[in-house]
Amino acid sequence: MDKKEERDRNLFERAEEFLQVFKKGAEFTQELLKTNEQLRYRILQLEEEKRGAKSTPGAPDKQYEELAKQIEALKKEKEEIDGHIKEIESENKDFAQRYIEVEEENNNLANLYIASYQLHSTLDFKEVLQIILEIIINLIGAEEFGIFLLDEKTHELKIMASEGIDENQVPVINFGSGTIGRVAKGGEPYFMEDISDSLKLDWLNPIVAIPLKIKEHVIGVIVIYKLLQQKKNFTPLDHELFTLLAGHAATAIFSSKLYSESERKLSTIQGFIDLLTK
Amino acid sequence: MEEYKVLIVEDSPTMRQLIAFSLKRLKNIKIVEASDGVDGLKKLSQDSFNLIITDINMPVMDGLKLVSLIRKDAVYKAVPIFIITTEGGQEDKERAMALGANAYITKPISGPQVLEMVKSYLNIK
Repeated sequence: MDKKEERDRNLFERAEEFLQVFKKGAEFTQELLKTNEQLRYRILQLEEEKRGAKSTPGAPDKQYEELAKQIEALKKEKEEIDGHIKEIESENKDFAQRYIEVEEENNNLANLYIASYQLHSTLDFKEVLQIILEIIINLIGAEEFGIFLLDEKTHELKIMASEGIDENQVPVINFGSGTIGRVAKGGEPYFMEDISDSLKLDWLNPIVAIPLKIKEHVIGVIVIYKLLQQKKNFTPLDHELFTLLAGHAATAIFSSKLYSESERKLSTIQGFIDLLTK
Repeated sequence: MEEYKVLIVEDSPTMRQLIAFSLKRLKNIKIVEASDGVDGLKKLSQDSFNLIITDINMPVMDGLKLVSLIRKDAVYKAVPIFIITTEGGQEDKERAMALGANAYITKPISGPQVLEMVKSYLNIK
């Protein structure tokens, strides 16, 4: 009996132990299941992240593409703007050049206006000649020059006023002969092409000869032999100005000559009247 | 607005008018003309000027003598003086500058060039 009891008790104890082990096994299984569940959840999370991670690099690509497009567009715009700037700069240069030309033309017009005003401010023949000399020095820049007038009776050109030259040495020039005579006959101005060619003073070969014309009638010639040292050459505007000035000078000379002659005649007539009436 | 007074000393009436015509493009400018150095000194004693423009070759008193006399006067010691002349030699220029001229311009002049120089010396924009 005792043995049986003892066996039963041992059995019971072993069953107890087994039960304990089984319980622990159950707990362990439960824990494993829980961990498994957590891991599965984590896997799902990671898969989710992975999917997310896969889709994220796509976004910068797209943005990058858009940015690249914008950069391209901006580059194109910049090129267009650069082109416009170049065009504007070129236009500015043209305007600046045009401005200089207009200023030069204005300057010449002012010169012409003042010269003409001075020329017509007097009817005294000598004074008119003096004004012409002054104009040629100051506006044209001549150093050695003379004013030749045509003697209608002898058909000769004689020097009437000058600057920088000895008038006694200047010969009388026949109408139509030599550069000066030809200018007087043809009525067309003469400008030597290369002024530096004329280093030696030659009375018959001036550097410039401008006819003094009233309409088509030549009354004389302005002749330049030498320019001021700082005046190296004539510009096309100088040609124009000089020709226009010569036109005004011719009218002033003609008017003052007529006035002097009529004054002389008037004084002669007045003399006769005085003789007859006294 | 400030008024600027400019004295032009030049024996040629044409040249005087030409310079005056160029400067009259400026607002508030008063121009006084003198026909030679002595006349110039007379005008200087009667009024005060911001700028003096003078020729060299003139009767009675030439421009260089005028410049040297002006520079001796304390009142006009700092007033800009421009020389406008037919004398284009370097020696002439150096002589004029040594006497106290501020600028040396040779004839034939360019109106716009003179105008720009005047504007620059008078600080006119």
